[in-house]
Amino acid sequence: MAIVCVIVRPCRATEWPDTHINNLCKTGMESVIDRQSSRLLPKTLLILLSTSLMLGCGGGESNVVSGNRDGILHYGNGAEPQGLDPHVVTGVPENHLIRALFEGLAVKNPITLEPEPGVAERWEFTDEGRVITFHLNPDAKWSNGEQVTASDYVWSWNRALHPETGNLYAYMLYPVANAEAYSKGEITDFGEVGVKALDDTTLEVTLNTPTPYFIQLMDHYSTFAVHPETLLKFGKMTDRFTPWTRVGNIVSNGAFVLTDWALNRHIKMAKSDLYWDRDKVSLNGVVFYPTENVVSEERMFRVEQLHYTQVAPLDKIPVYRELADTPYVQAPYLGTYYYLVNTDRPPVDNVKVRQALSMAVDRDKLVRSVLQHTAVPAYSITPPDTLGYYPPQVFSYDPDKARALLAEAGYPDGEGWPGLEIIYNTQEAHRKIAVAIQQMWKSELNVDITIANQEWKVYLNSVSQRDFQVARRGWIGDYVDANNFLDLFITDGGNNNTGYSDPVYDDLILQKAPRAQTREERYALFTQAETMLMEQMPIIPIYTYTSKHLVHPSVEGIYPNLMDSLNLKYVTLHPGRSLPEGLR
Amino acid sequence: MLRFVLSRLLQAIPVIFIVITATFFLVRAAPGGPFDAEKVVLPEVKRALEAQYRLDLPLHEQYFAYLKDLAQGELGPSFKYPGRSVNEILFSGLPVTAELGLYALLIALLIGVTAGVFASLKPNTRQDYIPMSLAMIGICMPSFLLGPLLVLVFGIYLEWLPISGWGAIPGDKILPSITLGAAYAAYVARLSRAGMLEILSQDYIRTARAKGLPEWMVVAKHALRGGLIPVVAFLGPAFAGLLAGSFVVETIFQIPGLGRFYVQAAFNRDYTMILGTTVFLSSLIVLFNLMSDVAAAWLNPRLRSQISGGGK
Repeated sequence: MAIVCVIVRPCRATEWPDTHINNLCKTGMESVIDRQSSRLLPKTLLILLSTSLMLGCGGGESNVVSGNRDGILHYGNGAEPQGLDPHVVTGVPENHLIRALFEGLAVKNPITLEPEPGVAERWEFTDEGRVITFHLNPDAKWSNGEQVTASDYVWSWNRALHPETGNLYAYMLYPVANAEAYSKGEITDFGEVGVKALDDTTLEVTLNTPTPYFIQLMDHYSTFAVHPETLLKFGKMTDRFTPWTRVGNIVSNGAFVLTDWALNRHIKMAKSDLYWDRDKVSLNGVVFYPTENVVSEERMFRVEQLHYTQVAPLDKIPVYRELADTPYVQAPYLGTYYYLVNTDRPPVDNVKVRQALSMAVDRDKLVRSVLQHTAVPAYSITPPDTLGYYPPQVFSYDPDKARALLAEAGYPDGEGWPGLEIIYNTQEAHRKIAVAIQQMWKSELNVDITIANQEWKVYLNSVSQRDFQVARRGWIGDYVDANNFLDLFITDGGNNNTGYSDPVYDDLILQKAPRAQTREERYALFTQAETMLMEQMPIIPIYTYTSKHLVHPSVEGIYPNLMDSLNLKYVTLHPGRSLPEGLR
Repeated sequence: MLRFVLSRLLQAIPVIFIVITATFFLVRAAPGGPFDAEKVVLPEVKRALEAQYRLDLPLHEQYFAYLKDLAQGELGPSFKYPGRSVNEILFSGLPVTAELGLYALLIALLIGVTAGVFASLKPNTRQDYIPMSLAMIGICMPSFLLGPLLVLVFGIYLEWLPISGWGAIPGDKILPSITLGAAYAAYVARLSRAGMLEILSQDYIRTARAKGLPEWMVVAKHALRGGLIPVVAFLGPAFAGLLAGSFVVETIFQIPGLGRFYVQAAFNRDYTMILGTTVFLSSLIVLFNLMSDVAAAWLNPRLRSQISGGGK
């Protein structure tokens, strides 16, 4: 009965001040306790009643309203982070948190994505781009007040590369001279690695070969500095399990400091008083929520519990698109969805079969129907406009040519086709795409395709063991450069998985492109390599990803960009703006 | 009675031991490992990680090392959440899941017993059919359907109740508790109806009625105690089931409980986390089964005398 009463009572108490609600709650509880002492109610009923009373009091104002007033951004962060140690964890939610707490030598401009000063106020290249000298901002401070020094970077990169640390992103620093050898344990003296602190504010980095995108990597958390003394207080340099990142222990150098971390509930941060560029920071704080369930996240957004969502549910997107002043923001994303082809297994060991299959995929139709216009058709591996680079389009949707190619390969109108299996990791979205492609191949080429789902780790195992004919794959770039996509397919590359191997391609990617003098020259080499790749078709590109967010109208300073990269330092909140009418 | 409890506890040890052993070797037999990721892990990094987690030792040595840690109450570091121990994660989620389970159970009992008793008083009439049909619907309706439905009605349309979180906003505990409790309420209703029907046909009830006791007193004083034995027997496994099965509800309502970790651990091949949660939950199930056996024995005079007789 108690429950029923509570449900019937409206819990919206937006107009009541908090204290009033608290008092109400207290009175409710006390009266229950009084009754308990007089033993009028059976115990069970009493517990239930008191609980429901506790539960039932008031709704309070929404997070968005209170957040706008107090300058607190409520941010849907996708999932509970693995942790906050920049050299230990990997992942997108972790990236958002770490980049709020820490800052790299250089950061990305949120609009152009070109590097701009972070901890380093400037840098210069010498020795034809092989040596970079970073000049650290003397005002860059750790949250305990100490200066961020060049030797902090040397120590941190030692940690990031040390074989015992087990840093999954150690390879981010492999462009540095001898870094790879050190990381693999081939040399043990970190002094041989190309990073030196010339003085407190001068860091000299020597690279193996000129690496045009190296500055960009300085915004990747695996290259961030950590505070050596803080880590050593809790364990060895290479320890993965110490509590140094916990509230009260952590010392960081970013725009925000960690104030609360309730596992699976929220992570709270407050604006740092010591951050060098603090005058530019408008927010007083950020609350990150683990929002694993996309549908729940969207509901939280609709009732104004979140300013920003990590994604938007696919089936709701058409509804959001219809709204005037829609909070839905979609932008191309630095990721490609494609099918890996095992070039050693018949029938796809034949390049003509691979080309035929790829040409028979109607990507426009797929994007329109299955993907609700939330993706961009892809005809190559590198996403378009990767820092000004556009991939070549070697082929297009051409069922007639596809049939001719298949006939040339010995399967006229699908005759004698031995069968082909597509594997994908169990997920409804992948299944829908596989089914659509299966039908396209059947109707255009008259070939039978089976599709099979595998649980995530089983699927990863199949891919790495190359136990497949065709496998679904996605690749998200770590930095904005075509190299990040094209070096996947060098001979025996760890993520190649296709068996594709071409010494000319390897030479273009590993030798020629890094030595190119200008961006144009470099991009021309990439175009050449990518053309070769797509003529051999070890992968069937399907679409370019997009980022999909719901952003409350009160939020400004979140710019859609290819990296889906958000710098919270530029975000501002504007009270008084509410969600469009049609959302309720 | 004490001997009964002790012997049941002793029986529980091999059960839990078998659970640990089977889980340990089964998760290792599953394809893929905790460090497999979409972006391939460099062999040297993988070696370093395996060394940090003792995975470089032969499997039997890992097993004995795990047992040794377990004996000291150490469940090891999580693979997925470096920097957190499994103990820490379990104990951060347990209070929430237990609280959710408790509310759900109370709701289940309150609604279930009321409906069941009510139905049993006039069997095969409308008073019986209506609550029992509702109970059937409750059993059939999965929480992943009921949860979003309740959210839609009470959270979005009526805006009466918060739709996510746990203890952050007043009222956010109501919908998840009801969602989780509803299915169990239905079971409780059917069990208590069946139990009550059996008891109400007993001779001693006829005697009580013949004495001229009012019907409510017959029910409350004489029938309920016997009629609820099946419900009590169900409570132990039910509460354990609520703890282990709250995953769906915790996901729908973004509740920071154990269930989410439990299921995610399996997908992540987070070996220590899978083992930790399995050991923990299986111990709980054994414990709750024991408790409900004891309670059932206490309620059932025949069983009680048997046990005490055996104990003497």
